[in-house]
Amino acid sequence: MNSPEKSNSELLTSSQLRALEAESIHIIREVVAEFERPGLLFSGGKDSIVMLHLAVKALRPAKLPFPIVHIDTGHNFPEAIEYRDRTATNLGIELVIGSVPDALESGRVQASTLPGASRNRLQTPVLLDTIRDGKFDAVFGGARRDEERARAKERVYSFRDEFGQWDPKNQRPELWNLYNGFTNTGQHIRVFPLSNWTELDIWQYILEEGIELPSIYFAHERQVFERDGMLMAYSEFLKPENGEKVFTETVRFRTVGDMTITAGQKSNATTLEQVIAEIAVARVSERGASRADDRTADAAMEDRKREGYF
Amino acid sequence: MELLRIATAGSVDDGKSTLIGRLLYDSKAIYDDVLDSAERHSRKQSSEYFNLALLTDGLKAEREQGITIDVAYRYFSTPKRKFILADTPGHVQYTRNMVTGASTADVALIIVDARHGVVEQSRRHAVISALLGIKHVVVCINKMDLVDFKEDVFRTIQNDLHALLTELEIDSHHFIPISALQGDNVVVKSDRMPWYIDGPLLPHLEDLVLPDKSENAPLRFPVQYVIRPLSNEYHDYRGYAGTIASGRVEVGQEIAVLPSGATTTVTAIDTPEGEASSASEGDAVTIRISDNLDISRGAMLSGTSERPTTDNSFDATICWMSERTTLKPGLMLRIKHATHTARAMVSEIECRVDINSLSNVGFCDELSLNEIGQVTLRTSEPLVFDKYADVRGTGSFILIDESTNETVGAGMIGRPPFLGSDQG
Repeated sequence: MNSPEKSNSELLTSSQLRALEAESIHIIREVVAEFERPGLLFSGGKDSIVMLHLAVKALRPAKLPFPIVHIDTGHNFPEAIEYRDRTATNLGIELVIGSVPDALESGRVQASTLPGASRNRLQTPVLLDTIRDGKFDAVFGGARRDEERARAKERVYSFRDEFGQWDPKNQRPELWNLYNGFTNTGQHIRVFPLSNWTELDIWQYILEEGIELPSIYFAHERQVFERDGMLMAYSEFLKPENGEKVFTETVRFRTVGDMTITAGQKSNATTLEQVIAEIAVARVSERGASRADDRTADAAMEDRKREGYF
Repeated sequence: MELLRIATAGSVDDGKSTLIGRLLYDSKAIYDDVLDSAERHSRKQSSEYFNLALLTDGLKAEREQGITIDVAYRYFSTPKRKFILADTPGHVQYTRNMVTGASTADVALIIVDARHGVVEQSRRHAVISALLGIKHVVVCINKMDLVDFKEDVFRTIQNDLHALLTELEIDSHHFIPISALQGDNVVVKSDRMPWYIDGPLLPHLEDLVLPDKSENAPLRFPVQYVIRPLSNEYHDYRGYAGTIASGRVEVGQEIAVLPSGATTTVTAIDTPEGEASSASEGDAVTIRISDNLDISRGAMLSGTSERPTTDNSFDATICWMSERTTLKPGLMLRIKHATHTARAMVSEIECRVDINSLSNVGFCDELSLNEIGQVTLRTSEPLVFDKYADVRGTGSFILIDESTNETVGAGMIGRPPFLGSDQG
């Protein structure tokens, strides 16, 4: 009680992060012990980076006994792809890629011609094919419950039927730290080790652990244009329409998704400390700020999750 | 201060969602776009006032029907503490969800409508909290604005619940008169109830001290996974990974391996932050030992004294959670206890417990959905366990249906002292 305020609050952050870390490590070890073929969904975004970092910690000094899996829309930030490839090489682990462009080419999925359509929804069939072809019985995902209201109701071990569907009304009760991973052939479990982390926890953990992130998370100059009040990155995948003007702005990205639906925000935060300071006072949620896909409807995520989305 | 896990339950009308909405809103855990979306919806329903409850409603199905169907987890933090709140509906058919929410909680938040006093649901929530071993209860007596902020209304409810909580052996309890809708005594102290001298809810939760659980508790370490890198660099490394369920472990300590009973010495403790000389409850670590013993997932490490029980038959309190089947003697199930999965058979159902009257209903031959009973189980292999009242992590288990793979039951080994003995 006598120690100065600041060191108290630093200690506080640290002890709470350690509790979250321990819980996530427990979940990851449970999966490795009980499933035959897990895979870890990895986008090069901060949440999947933290999840992978935790998996490495959970099993070290052994090498990760499972591959990382990327569902590639073909519309990625080059910085995230570079980060993904380098990470797989450094860890000496297998990288499985489910490719939306390949699925489009083979006719497995059809691109929507509607204005404003993205490849977001196309990821679901490709993800499900990748899980089936890879015979994955458990798939780690980096989703957090604070992200979105449908996520708030999802289990740590989220059962998926033969069609990859999530049924919110028919979820297995989840008690203590006892997870039920039993499935029949063709079914699988999505496992969310970061369920109890918030966006701020993720950032503070990245800072404490000194985890490297793709450069797009920090303020940089980029050609952007404004659409629906959001700053979209100008790229070969997304071009301005109807007189939208391209200009140069100093931006950073709060989430890393498909370039066509991920918006940046004006920022001068070039260090982790500065990013955290901005997030701590932010008044808009990260999905609301940067995901055009979640703006479609109040229940956009719930609908997509039911179909088998991340 | 550590992270605080709170479980709450309530019905549609007692203002639980409004209270949570208020906590999230006033502690600024709600972002503007989420607020906008709730406000938009509030207008759609043509509510006269902004409906704070909509901040916490989850699914489309729930919003349309105005109900809550499941456990939802909410997160908020203040400069002092981070909170995880398990939010469950409190109706009788949701006993299953209340048990689930309470299983990971440090504190139960019970909400009572000041106009209605202690109703069946308040009692049920208190009993389930006690059953699940929650040591702290905070009772919010809500809607004080609708009873003119009268002290005697508050005191009557306080006295009723105080008696029940004492009977349930929950000694740490606290009562706060609030108006969730108008914000009285939630985050900021109300000036409309000068007779209430304590602080509002949020500061109370911020300052709530949890006892240091590792102190004097026996060491329990269920082995989760054996780490063997088999690489050139770590050729001889063999570590037992797991989360400490109770107590403390130190390098150099002599420990027992169960169920075999062999003893050995801890040579190293690897934590996520590197090697450490000790670790305690809740830590996810890897323990290395001096002897080459046959230890695999499902084994338990403990101190050499105060060892856990090893047996293939035990009594337990079960909450049955299946909509399709009932629990009957002779039923075969899978049991997952700590890191050990085996088969279990119900040998006897001793009694069903009426959680409203706290009495034991006596002999019964089955338990159906949301019923709680005292049973005897036999397992295909001996389990290494403690009574739930002594160690949560080694006294709890789940039951899994072998054909559907659904989780159909939650169990706590032993008998809660407040349930009274079997009347035959």
